[in-house]
Formats: sequence, structure tokens, C-alpha cells
Amino acid sequence: MGDFLQLLTGSINPYYLQIIVNIGIGIILALGLNVITGLTGQLSLGHAAFMSIGAFTSALLTIKLGMPFFANLALTGFITAGVAALIGLPILRLTGDYLAICTLGFAEIVKVVFLNLEITNKALGLTVPSAITAVPMPIVVWLVVVVSIICVTFIHSSRFGRALMAVRGDEIAAEAMGINVTLYKVQSFAIGAFLAGVGGGLYAHFMGYINPSDFGFLKSVDILSMIVLGGLGSITGSVIGASILSAAPEFLRFMASYRMLVYGGLLVCMMIFRPNGLMGGLNFTSLVLRTLGRKPHMKTVMDQKTAKTSES
Amino acid sequence: MFLQQLINGIALGSTYALIALGYTMVYGIITLINFAHGEIYMVGAFVGLFATSIFKLNFLVAMLIAMVVCVLLGVFVERIAYRPLRKSSRLSALISAIGVSIFLSTLAQMLFGANAKGYPEGVFPVKQIHIGSAEISTLQLLIIVISAILMISLEFIVHKTKIGKAMRATSEDYNTAALMGINVNMVISFTFALGSALAAAGGVLVGILFNAVSFNMGLMAGLKAFAAAVLGGIGSIPGAMLGGLLLGVTEVGGVAIGFSSYRDAIAFAILVLVLLVKPTGLLGRKIQKKV
Repeated sequence: MGDFLQLLTGSINPYYLQIIVNIGIGIILALGLNVITGLTGQLSLGHAAFMSIGAFTSALLTIKLGMPFFANLALTGFITAGVAALIGLPILRLTGDYLAICTLGFAEIVKVVFLNLEITNKALGLTVPSAITAVPMPIVVWLVVVVSIICVTFIHSSRFGRALMAVRGDEIAAEAMGINVTLYKVQSFAIGAFLAGVGGGLYAHFMGYINPSDFGFLKSVDILSMIVLGGLGSITGSVIGASILSAAPEFLRFMASYRMLVYGGLLVCMMIFRPNGLMGGLNFTSLVLRTLGRKPHMKTVMDQKTAKTSES
Repeated sequence: MFLQQLINGIALGSTYALIALGYTMVYGIITLINFAHGEIYMVGAFVGLFATSIFKLNFLVAMLIAMVVCVLLGVFVERIAYRPLRKSSRLSALISAIGVSIFLSTLAQMLFGANAKGYPEGVFPVKQIHIGSAEISTLQLLIIVISAILMISLEFIVHKTKIGKAMRATSEDYNTAALMGINVNMVISFTFALGSALAAAGGVLVGILFNAVSFNMGLMAGLKAFAAAVLGGIGSIPGAMLGGLLLGVTEVGGVAIGFSSYRDAIAFAILVLVLLVKPTGLLGRKIQKKV
């Protein structure tokens, strides 16, 4: 089985393979941020910081302790989530843009600290040995993608997810309904960070080299653009947004130096013509049902309505 | 030593304050974090550079030209990238602003190259003045004086003129202001114009102070200025000035006592700490939540 998969991934052009893996990692990160920003409505401009923490933790666990890869990934996720909970407890009392700038500041601090720590090799960055796994790395990444999509879908339709949406809709009303707003916010922050940490760990082991500067403000913006482009709060949207934006720089590569220019322009145009994102206010299941000519289930219609009102 | 660092800090801080004012004014009116503002500042620095090096203009004239160019650019950006999004969610406008920021900095990189450029020698004759043990350059004094003049004129415009009154009304309540017959679009354009002019002045001054202008100077300066605006209480004009000065002084102080490699983190650490104690910034108004 392992050999067959090895052969399969070996037969794909390594360049395309890298794009495919990048898309996978992008999806994991976008799903995490989507729980924080899309579902709970807390704007975070520092998601890359959690990716950075995850990447370095996971790299150090491999280098210093030689941990098996899956245990490593899980532990990385929990450590990142723990850090997020610690940070989240004080700063999630802030609302709106104050929270946004605080997460941004936190991300900058993490970057500068990693650039100065001995253990993260300062500005030189870390070289990470490739992970020893039964199946090849790209398959591992996509397995994690599938598992995270399933988990996040469960969160969306659970009691917990509805509580998060209530917090997004109106904090005071949610509190009046008996929802412990702070607790739920910190939990959603930790879940988002868990996914970011896992994504960072995968990134570190696939790329083989990490540098604190890779996880700067622009990376956070990149992830945020993915979920806004896809449509806030929509899982399908996150997947599509992450796929488009992870692949876009590669497909725009033929334009060489115009690449980022077009990327910037593209962001502006997308927002002007599709301000709620590609999948904003749409529900994948009801969309499929509608094309099949069946009426969507009543609950999904209601969900759509609440999603629409809360976005405005 | 202390006085020396204080002056250095105030000089740096007043440039932060100049940029922060643009953030805070725009935020006060349309609650948008204008991430492209740092890039406007970068463009201002470049225009000033070309005006002094190629056209051999006096640096004051160069600064005025930079301000005019940036006013046009700022108003243009608002018209193209923000106005169509005014009715949609704030996050979309934010992403649009980030798109403009990426666009402008890449454009600058392609047009002017990736290397940092310096202002020509002797664009401003620097002399050292001794006050006690401190050594202050005339350049620092100039920066402080020009920033002070610009900020005082801004206060004058906002508080004593008709358009300033319209600005304050619009920031108080957008819809009511429109109902009272204020041309809200014009007021918003004017706000962008004012903010961009200040950023351009800041760009030229910083360009001369550090003698380095590069395509990516807008990012960090923009983030720090934004931090300054939030520190002072976003939406508050005196808050932005106070925040900028405070960040400048603490940053220089932090470097002086030996945290130079943590330079960029100092500003943000102060910001996070202050927000934890005072969640709406130093001079920010407490937002009343209506139930």
C-alpha cells in the first residue's frame, strides 16, 4: 500500500505536487481561521503566528526528541491551542478592531521573539528533516485536510457551533441566553490555533526549512483573504478560497514580476464584484439540492437567513 | 543621555503620529482600517526623493509636491477601491485595502527597484546643537517643528472650519449627517486627502532622517502607526498624536537600554499591554452598547 502510494506521488510532477500540498496546507489554515473569524466573528490578523508556533514546535519535537510524526503533529496542535488559550483569555475581552490590532501585535511579537531565540536558530531559520511516515507526505497532508473538514463540519452543526454563531450575531443577546461568551470565544480561538499549528507542522516537514520571517503579517493577510474570498463562515468557501489563493501565485508565475501586482488588483476586484465572497450566504448542500430540482431542507434555509443577516 | 534619547524619541514619534492621524481620521469616519495608508506614505517618500534628487528642488517644495501627489493618490484609491464597498461588510473593505497595499508596494518595487535609496547629500544642512549633555541635530528639530505645525493646522481645520464641522458630524453619525445635507462623499474624500497629505509629509521627513527610501518601508511604518492610532484610541485625533509620540519614545528608549534586536516588538508589546488595561485606548471614547 505504502509503496503504491509512494509510486503514485512519485509519478506526479514535483512542482505540481508542491502546489497540491500548498493548497492542502492552505485549506487547513483557512478552516482554522474560519472557525475564529467566520463562525465566531472575532477578526484575527495574526493567524500566521499560530502557524509559526506550530511549525517551530513541530520542527523542534522532531529535531530534539525525534518524536514519531503523528504524535508530533497532535502534540504540536495541542501546544499551539494551549498558547492560543493563554493569549486568548486576556485579549478576547477586546472587541472588533481592537482585537484585530492585538492579534496583529501578538503575531509581530512572536516573529521577533523567534528571530532572537537561540533554539529557533535566530534569523537563519531551521532546517527540518523530512518526516518518516508510512504513506508519502502529500497524502498525509490531504488526509489531515479531510479529517479537518469533517471536524469543522461537525462543529458547524453542533450545539457548540450554534453557540459560536450566537456570539457572532450579538454578544449581549448570546450572554442573555446563558452562553458563556468568553469561554466560547477562547475555545474557538484554541480550535482555530490547533488547526493552524497542525498546518504549520505539516508545512515545516514538507518544506524542510522554516524561517520566522515566512510567517509575517502578509501570511496572516493571505489566510484572511482566503476565507473572505471564499465567503465568511462557509466551509466550502474556505476550501475554494484557499485553493484559489494558494494556487494563484503559481498560475500567475508566467507574469513574473507582475505577479503580486495582479494578485493585489485581483483582491480589490473580487471584493468589489463579490463583496460577500464567492460562497457568501450560500450553502453547499442546498445549492446541490436546488440544482437537482429539490427543495432544500427547511433548516438549511433558516441557516442561510441567519448567515445573511449576521453578515450585514 | 536621557534628554538625548527623549528628543530622538519625540522626533521618531512625531513621524509615527503624522501617519497615525490618517488612520485615525479615516477610521473615525468610515470605520475602515486603511491598510494602504502605509503605502501612501512610501509613495510620498519616493516623490520627495525624486523632487530633490532629479529636479534639485528645495526639500520644503519637494515635501509640498509629495503632499499634492499623495492627496491625489489617496482620493483616487478611495474612489476606486473603497467607495464601491461602502455598503458591504467591513471585512471586504479591509481585504480591498490590503489588495491596494500589495498592489502599490509591488508597483513601487517594479518602478524603483528593490534597493533602498538615499536622499541626495546636503538636501538639508544638518548642524548639531548642544543642550547640556545632549546633542540635537537641526534635522530632528525640523521634524518636530514641521510635525507640530501640521498637527496644529489639522486641529484648526477640524475644529474651526466648516468642512471640519462636517467631518466631525459625519464621524458622529454617517446617516444623520447625510440627512442634514452634508455631502458625505465629499467629506470622506476630503478626509482621505488630509490623511494622505500628512502621510506624505511624514514620508519625506523619515526619508531624510534615515536617509533610506525603499518599496517596503510602508508596511512596518504603517503597522506601527496603526498601533499608535489604536494606542491613543482609534478615531481620536489627539489620541493619535499622543500614541505616536509614546510609541516613538518607548521604542527609542527600549533600544537605548539594550533591546535593539526586539525593536519592532516593543511598539506592539506596549500596545497589547495598554489595551489590556484600557480596552479602548488611552483617549478613546467608551462605546456604549445598546441592547
